[in-house]
Amino acid sequence: MATITPTRPADAVPAGAGPRKRARRSDDGITGYFFLSPWILGVLLLTLGPMATSLYLSFTDYDLFDTPRWIGLDNYARMFSDQRWLRSVGVTVLYVALAVPVKLAAALGVALLLNSKRKGQGLYRAAFYGPSLIGGSVSVAIVWKTMFSDDAAVDQVLRVFGIETGGWSGNPDFSLLMLVLLAAWQLGAPMVIFLAGLKQVPKELYEAAEVDGAGPWRRFASITLPMISPVIFFNLLMETIHSFQVFTSAYVVGGPNGQPAGTTLFYTVYLFDRGFGDYRMGYAAAMAWMLLLVVGLITALLFRSARGWVHYSGEKS
Amino acid sequence: MKGRLSRVAWHVGVLLLLAVVLYPLVWVVAATFKPSNEILGDLRLLPTEPTTANYERAVDGVNGVGIGRYFLNSGLLAVLSVVGTVSSSALAAFAFARLRFRGRSAMFAVMISTLLLPFHVLIIPQYIVFQRLDLVDTYVPLLIGKFLASEAFFVFLVVQFIRTIPHELDESAKIDGAGPWRIFWNIVLPLARPALVTTAIFTFIWTWNDFFGPLIYLSTPDKYPLPLALQLFIDEASGSDFGALMAMSVLALVPVVLFFLFFQRFLVEGVSTSGIKG
Repeated sequence: MATITPTRPADAVPAGAGPRKRARRSDDGITGYFFLSPWILGVLLLTLGPMATSLYLSFTDYDLFDTPRWIGLDNYARMFSDQRWLRSVGVTVLYVALAVPVKLAAALGVALLLNSKRKGQGLYRAAFYGPSLIGGSVSVAIVWKTMFSDDAAVDQVLRVFGIETGGWSGNPDFSLLMLVLLAAWQLGAPMVIFLAGLKQVPKELYEAAEVDGAGPWRRFASITLPMISPVIFFNLLMETIHSFQVFTSAYVVGGPNGQPAGTTLFYTVYLFDRGFGDYRMGYAAAMAWMLLLVVGLITALLFRSARGWVHYSGEKS
Repeated sequence: MKGRLSRVAWHVGVLLLLAVVLYPLVWVVAATFKPSNEILGDLRLLPTEPTTANYERAVDGVNGVGIGRYFLNSGLLAVLSVVGTVSSSALAAFAFARLRFRGRSAMFAVMISTLLLPFHVLIIPQYIVFQRLDLVDTYVPLLIGKFLASEAFFVFLVVQFIRTIPHELDESAKIDGAGPWRIFWNIVLPLARPALVTTAIFTFIWTWNDFFGPLIYLSTPDKYPLPLALQLFIDEASGSDFGALMAMSVLALVPVVLFFLFFQRFLVEGVSTSGIKG
């Protein structure tokens, strides 16, 4: 499981190691920086430098050609009266609220189904994982848009059941739902992580519960869910952060204006349009910081809520 | 008897689900062999008269540039990205996992926090810098980060893997007089191969599918990788040619699918141990 482990002190020099060890420790100095030099260069030039610059730009009016003009918090204030910005926030929040639970539920469902020792398990696992790899590509977005367009596959199938939608990709009521389904289709990555978590649950717990007369639902709710709660938390965190940043499928399906009728005007699409469509670089930078702020806040809230529902085994309450 | 019945039920259930999941792929492959007017408005999955006309038009490419060119561009970007990411991540990971120097923990913490940073806060200044340096419409902005270990996921993945390699190996090599470079090259690198292979495969596939970077930095169709060529195809008047568009989409997916078929064990395990996003 991918938990973020800080550098362990155990890695360091053993206690009581004499001056020889200390000498070696300083030996590594230059070598360490040498090995790390690409990363240090990258983090300074491509991460920390740009971060500082974009924070500065977010307080300016800048069109890429004239000198940035300091306008304080204007960019941030302006967002709240910008109808398209508000729209993009609404679209994105709705998408995250739908896509994350749907995708995680689907991933958990498939993982539960595949979590039994049967023939072909590995093959099935790989097959369900496949769409995860291509799901973010332009190709799949095009396929999705076509498959869900008026008179295409999905429409035809629904018509058999007497449901008329007029195609999802052109219908404002369904366009976002279509992208939610695209997200759920890529259930592979969280599913594989769920499976790894399910394998860790001790079988004896189920046997003991069965002896006590607990039914399948009870066993799921009282054993499986709490035991895999760290994995649920990890997937929830990753999917939430990821979903806020969806771009390719939204842009390919809806273009820079989020067609139809702005229903696919995702936050990142609008940011791109502001920054690289009409060169409002200062405004786009402010939008990016707002996104960072909100995603950071939500991450913090998730971590806080985790204390209430995430149980780590070996932890005594 | 009961066990057998439940086994059959399980397989039927899984296969039904799988059919739903794989349906879009089957549908698009079938669609590419249909005449364009049959792709919409027809419930039949299989083409009545299979045709390769869509592929012929797809191979002709878009905007007077054949699809071969776009494949070459995508391939070049992907291969260079793999070389850059694997080498720079391995160097950085070795330093983080095995070497002692001042500020290591602090830098490791910075590396971990860049994992969660939305790249949107970086793209605007990065773009401005590359524009000032006159490097827009070249591959430099798309590749430089790969050579500078900017993908923290992979640095982290390799660090975690190197930590599982027994320290005794380095110690005995040290006693034999090996320096850090030898230990890195002759001991740690060969043993870290699974992590490096995972890194290479994911880098290839992500670069191959990447749309945002090329969309921002490239403006000459000659230099476009496949995802941009596809978008261009939609934007041009020929965007209504569903058949050719589908065929091009399928062709663009072929390398990814091949990678997946050959390396799925690495990919699936890479995900479950490191939580890489697909």
